[in-house]
Amino acid sequence: MENKLSGFGLDPTGVERRTFLEEGESSLKQSLYSLSLSLSASLYLACFLLLSLKLGFILLLLSIYKMDLDLSAPHSTGTTIIGVTYNGGVVLGADSRTSTGMYVANRASDKITELTDNVYVCRSGSAADTQVISDYVRYFLHQHTIQLGQPATVKVAANLVRLLSYQNKNMLQAGVIVGGWDKYEGGQIYSVPLGGTILRQPFSIGGSGSSYLYGFFDQAWKEDMTHEEAEQLVVKAASLAMARDGASGGVVRTVTINAEGVTRKFYGGDTLPLWHDELEPTNSLLDLLSSSVPEPMST
Amino acid sequence: MVKMTDLPTKGGFSFDLCTRNQMLLDKGVQMPPFRKTGTTIVGLVFQDGVVLGADTRATEGPIVADKNCEKIHFMAPNIYCCGAGTAADTEAVTDMVSSQLQLHRYATGRESRVVTALTLLKSHLFSYQGHVSAALVLGGVDVTGPHLHTVYPHGSTDTLPFATMGSGSLAAMSVFESKYREGLTREEGIELVAEAICAGIFNDLGSGSNVDVCVITKGQTEYLRNYQLPNPRTYISSKGYSFVKGQTEVLSTKITPIQSKVQTVEGGDAMEE
Repeated sequence: MENKLSGFGLDPTGVERRTFLEEGESSLKQSLYSLSLSLSASLYLACFLLLSLKLGFILLLLSIYKMDLDLSAPHSTGTTIIGVTYNGGVVLGADSRTSTGMYVANRASDKITELTDNVYVCRSGSAADTQVISDYVRYFLHQHTIQLGQPATVKVAANLVRLLSYQNKNMLQAGVIVGGWDKYEGGQIYSVPLGGTILRQPFSIGGSGSSYLYGFFDQAWKEDMTHEEAEQLVVKAASLAMARDGASGGVVRTVTINAEGVTRKFYGGDTLPLWHDELEPTNSLLDLLSSSVPEPMST
Repeated sequence: MVKMTDLPTKGGFSFDLCTRNQMLLDKGVQMPPFRKTGTTIVGLVFQDGVVLGADTRATEGPIVADKNCEKIHFMAPNIYCCGAGTAADTEAVTDMVSSQLQLHRYATGRESRVVTALTLLKSHLFSYQGHVSAALVLGGVDVTGPHLHTVYPHGSTDTLPFATMGSGSLAAMSVFESKYREGLTREEGIELVAEAICAGIFNDLGSGSNVDVCVITKGQTEYLRNYQLPNPRTYISSKGYSFVKGQTEVLSTKITPIQSKVQTVEGGDAMEE
């Protein structure tokens, strides 16, 4: 077995996978990307000069991040991400917690990333993997927009994410929701979960917190909502999931995309509704202790 | 059997032995402990720029290998980077990106930007899939303003107003979470950073010794090496530690003069094409 691994990179053209299947070998080989298969050969070569894909050995790392502390952190997509369509566009929402095992590495992260002016993506799963995928897709979409001469469609953006996700499925842990607005189809939501399926849906939920929302959406979702209704639905759903899922929390961020453009909103922890058994936020527990002065006994 | 052309190895990390190492680990063979910087590193953004801080202990398993190492690495005149994790990895990756930034400065003719360093670091770390164990706090001030980022070994990054990394990060974060606010002055920023590092030094076994601070503002960077020394050596002998001749018994003496084997010839023939 030749072991000349020189680095890990994502394979957008699927060359490595095709040759693997054809030859029926499991040996590791260096590969040069076949020019005829790429969208734009020179650009691909330029990006992937130093990256050649290796199959086979990669130790599947179970933890989301590696820190000195917890090297065997449990496998989870610690997040809640939501995307819903309404009459006129889409609303994307997410919590803001990134966790490394039991520690919250970032309590105010932004999981809704821009791909183009009119297409955003909610990321869940491994932060490194989803950041790299978003960077690649943003780059490809930029070129595509230039070549096309008009804004990219949401379908193309979602498919680019799907191609990267599917062709590198062994190496990636990324579940995303792509949402946006274009003039042909209006507001669209595409779900691209682990494995690289692509599915267009009127609404979609993802991440570890989504388990708690399936029933909620079955009951609360309706077609043709207004913008306010959709926004309230997303915020309510995100706060419900954050109340029950340990790996979700922080603040709720939403992004609305419609014909007029993009609006970002921020809902701090104190503006979110409180659910069963959740306490009012206080600055200090000492206030509770000092405020309750016992009344003097009276006969 | 298809034989692919042998491309020359490009250097850097070789993944060849990973499966064999994993097999040994499964059998129970312990890896020799490599030098880590079990560390406390912090950074925060204040009104004029960023302040970075780090402790100075380098450990090799349970042993303190270096009591006063430098964890704040130079990336560019306006960008510095604190490193936690394997010492060799943080040194190598920051040196490498620092050179790349310098070449980039020559090519563009402009001051380096923090996002450039960030992208170079994250793409390198991602391509090594976490095997380059370097967790970094990158901070600097460029034309677009002050920036502070954390970079994890797998290649993910976060942009934050205050950040801590390393084994002492929890202790330092508790200080930041209670005392950080926007619009700190320079003195307040430095004091808060020093306090956070001290929290790491005193409460985390992997961090210790002294506090290093680096203040970066527009147009000026101050590297305050050993800003605080909260761990002085106590119980120093008042007589000093000099050893007078005659205290050690000499058993035998042998002197061998070193003879020169190289002859220098003046003049000689000029080199020919």
